[in-house]
This record gives sequence, structure tokens and C-alpha cells, in this order.
Amino acid sequence: MTPEDMDLLAALARARAGLRVDVDRVYLVESRLGPLARREGFDSIEAMLAILREKREDRLIWAVVEALTFSETSFFRDRTVFAHLRDDVLPTLSRRRRDQPVRIWSAACSTGQEVYSLAMAAAEASDLEPGTRFEFFGSDLSERCLEKAQSGLYTQFEVQRGLPIRLLVKHFTNQDETWEISPRIRQAVRWKRINLLSDLSSLGQFDMILLRHALDDLDPALHGRILDNLASRLTHDGVLVLSPHDRADTLTGSLVAVAGQPGLFAQGPEHQRAVA
Amino acid sequence: MKTCLVVDDSRVIRKVARRVLEDIGFEIAEAGDGMEALAWCRAAMPDAVLLDWNMPVMNGIEFLRQLRTEPGGGEPVVVFCTVENDVEHIRMALDAGANEYIMKPFDGEIIAAKFAEAGLL
Repeated sequence: MTPEDMDLLAALARARAGLRVDVDRVYLVESRLGPLARREGFDSIEAMLAILREKREDRLIWAVVEALTFSETSFFRDRTVFAHLRDDVLPTLSRRRRDQPVRIWSAACSTGQEVYSLAMAAAEASDLEPGTRFEFFGSDLSERCLEKAQSGLYTQFEVQRGLPIRLLVKHFTNQDETWEISPRIRQAVRWKRINLLSDLSSLGQFDMILLRHALDDLDPALHGRILDNLASRLTHDGVLVLSPHDRADTLTGSLVAVAGQPGLFAQGPEHQRAVA
Repeated sequence: MKTCLVVDDSRVIRKVARRVLEDIGFEIAEAGDGMEALAWCRAAMPDAVLLDWNMPVMNGIEFLRQLRTEPGGGEPVVVFCTVENDVEHIRMALDAGANEYIMKPFDGEIIAAKFAEAGLL
């Protein structure tokens, strides 16, 4: 691919989805677009980009942008974070909501491991209010990732990254090296393709929103807009969960970092203490 | 430095496991079957055991059941590492006292993740 091709891809990814594409990492981009070009019936990436330039077809543009998204994920990624969510945050939210469902949204869920981990963590959590109901939502820009997430099917390699063996035998069955998550956990999650730059107001309010290991792949100039967009979907006492290394300097409004819990943000001192 | 006993009848697997585990800070001993592994444990109980299932003389599950009855045998963290990749075998291993379970083929990332999950890292 030429520098002009890379510039085109970077501009499209940024404009459509706020993605950051490093124009120097040609190999990475080629490795993501190569399979798409083959699926679309082109002889090469260059041939696909030539048609994209010529026809500006919206479907193909989105397919290219989706292929550029980063899909690395694993079950219970950052174990200590999930332990805190299971042992402290979920019980706190459970006590607050009482008769109302606790609504949790994994906003860049990729192939689903994060939101399924939360559903399993909720099933394992003790100290929940009796009768607590959880509603889990997983969203991603990539239809292909969402299809895999929705299938609940994972490879042997994927279920061995982060998933404790006791949870594997409790919540999965296998056919040779393919592992399928139980209907109970799979049916607890609803899925939707969502662009985080779009209007999110139709989604309602959430008690917890997660955007982990995603900011690094988004244009820094758009971090503030995306985070504020997510914050607007939080209940007044909700929590935002970013990656432990995310500083969220661009976060505006009343969300502030929870002391001692890297990546966790809550609104106001009272709510910070409750989830610390 | 924590110690790990690698129990597998394949010298190649032992060699690969040794390299991975030494990289994450373990001192390694090796045994080629369950009986040999028991002798090691009676001499000096390791912090961890990476354990194959199918071996001659004494297999992994027999070794584990015996280990858990030995004085101090409840202490080592035992991680199975085997081609037996079905739920029934995993449940049997957990019932016998295994702490974690790796399904072959494995790589260094999986061993490190499982040892972390078992509280060894």
C-alpha cells in the first residue's frame, strides 16, 4: 500500500469512528484488510481501495473501517479489576437499585469476553440483594465481532486466557476444541452495533459502563467527546470503568477517579467512597 | 525462589515447560511419571506441580490423589497440563484437588496466565 492509501484509511477511520490508525504501521493495516479484501472478492487490498475511491460505497467504507478496529480481548482481563467489581461494586449497585435492574454496558465489547466475564462475575457475587436483576449490554463497531460474541463460541486457546477453570466447567460445554457458553449466561446479554461517536440517548441510562483497552485505539482529540458521550448515559450514581492505565484527563463533568481503584470513575465523593 | 515440579513422560514437554517456568521465576525439578514425582515430593514438597495426566507407572490423577494424602501434600498448587480436554476429566481433576487445568497444546502465555490464576505469580 502507498502512503496515500494509508492516509486515506486513517482519515476514513477517524471521521467515521474516531479510530486512530498509525500510518507507519503498514503491516498491521495490511494484516487486517487482507482477509476483508478476500471476502469481498478482490485480488488485493490495493484493488479494494481503488474501488473504494472510485465508488465511495458506504457499505464498503464501513467494512474497511470495521476491519481496522482492534479486537484483542480476553476473559477477566485485569483480574484484580474484576475481583473488585464482583466483590464491591456489583453488591453496591445491587443495594442501590433494589427493585430495578442493574444495567451494565460493555461499550467496546469486541468478541464478548468482557461482558460475559461480568455476567459470570455477577453469578458468582455474594452479598447481592436478594432478587437482584442484571441487564447486560455488549456493543461494538464491528459486526463480525458481535456475531462471534453472540454465538458464545470460543476456541480452546481463548477460554484458557484469563478464565478460571472452575468457571469454565461451570458455564461452558465443549465439542472437541470449541467451547460454548451456557444459554443462561449468553441469554443474559443483549448486543448492538454502536458507534461511540453517534447519539447514544436512545440507549437509556446505565449503572456501569465499561470502555477498557479501547482509548489507546481512539483518536486522542476525540477522547473527551467519547467519554462525555458515555458519561451522559450513566445514572447519577453510576460508575465508568476504563483501563487501569487510562488517565481520562479529558473527562469533563462530575466524574472523578476513585481513589485506589485505577480506571474506576464515579460521580461525587459519596459515590466514590461507596465503590472504592 | 518458588519451586515447580514438572511431571510429564515427554522429555520435550518437560523441556518446553522448564523454559517457560524459569522465565517467570521458578526453580524447576522434573519427573517422568507419578511415582517418581511422589519421591520428589516426599523429599522436598514443591510450591507448584505442573502435571500431565497420561503417564506410565503412575498417572497424573493417581499421583494427585496420593499427594493430597501425604504430610504437607495439601500445600502445592497443582496445575494439570494434559490433552484430556473434556469437562468430565476437568471435574475429576478438580475433585482430586487440582487447582488449575491447562489443555494442550499450550504456550508460555497460557502457563503464565494459569499460574497467575492459581495465585503463584
